Amino acid sequence: MALEMGREELERVLRHGEETYPHECCGLLLGRAAEDGGRVVAEAYRMRNANTESPQNRFVFDPQEHFQAQRAARARGLEIVGFYHSHPDHPAWPSQFDLDHAAWPGYSYLIVSIQQGRAAQEAGVNSFELAEDRSRFLQETIAVR
Amino acid sequence: MQIHIPTPLRAFTGQQATVEAQGRDVGEALEDLVRTHPPLRAQLFNADGQLRSFVNVYLNDEDIRYTGSGKTPVNASDTISIVPSIAGGCAGASLGSAGRC
Repeated sequence: MALEMGREELERVLRHGEETYPHECCGLLLGRAAEDGGRVVAEAYRMRNANTESPQNRFVFDPQEHFQAQRAARARGLEIVGFYHSHPDHPAWPSQFDLDHAAWPGYSYLIVSIQQGRAAQEAGVNSFELAEDRSRFLQETIAVR
Repeated sequence: MQIHIPTPLRAFTGQQATVEAQGRDVGEALEDLVRTHPPLRAQLFNADGQLRSFVNVYLNDEDIRYTGSGKTPVNASDTISIVPSIAGGCAGASLGSAGRC
């Protein structure tokens, strides 16, 4: 499967990571499912990192804010196709913590690396799907249009 | 009442974004949902029949944790939404090679 997103939206994710550095940023990937089973991102939607204890290496959505964002997206005809977050000064690769806290297979999980406050550009951007048995992440290609 | 289905779970509802369900409370409505769409049971409930820890359920605008959980009464005009808890981050053991988070 693949994640397709516009360069402008990818840049929005990278800028978000730079702005919140040294804390992790997080957000929604809004768009639609592609006919081939992949996902097409129409908009990267910023969320607040509600983790106040350790925001430099953890993020969490406020549940109420997530619910409100989901409802607003639905009203605009958009679906939540995935989520993004940043790894400050760490590679764009999922951690055990990411795996332990993943939701369902079928979402894209986009991770960006922010090194010393700067986005590592496309070399520091990876996206993953959760395996059907939830045992691991599977890297997916990102098609930037 | 209608139940809004999260995008990745629509593979189990014939790609329907909303499903009609029957019941007197949220618990019965969700049971009706998984009864008519059996693959959803494992996605929403654990082996003990409890909602999986990352699954949040809203009745209209309210999290059912604060309204009586599965015993929250429902009306035909109500809407149930399913929202996953989302968390993560670069903490804990690496899943990749040395140097990865």
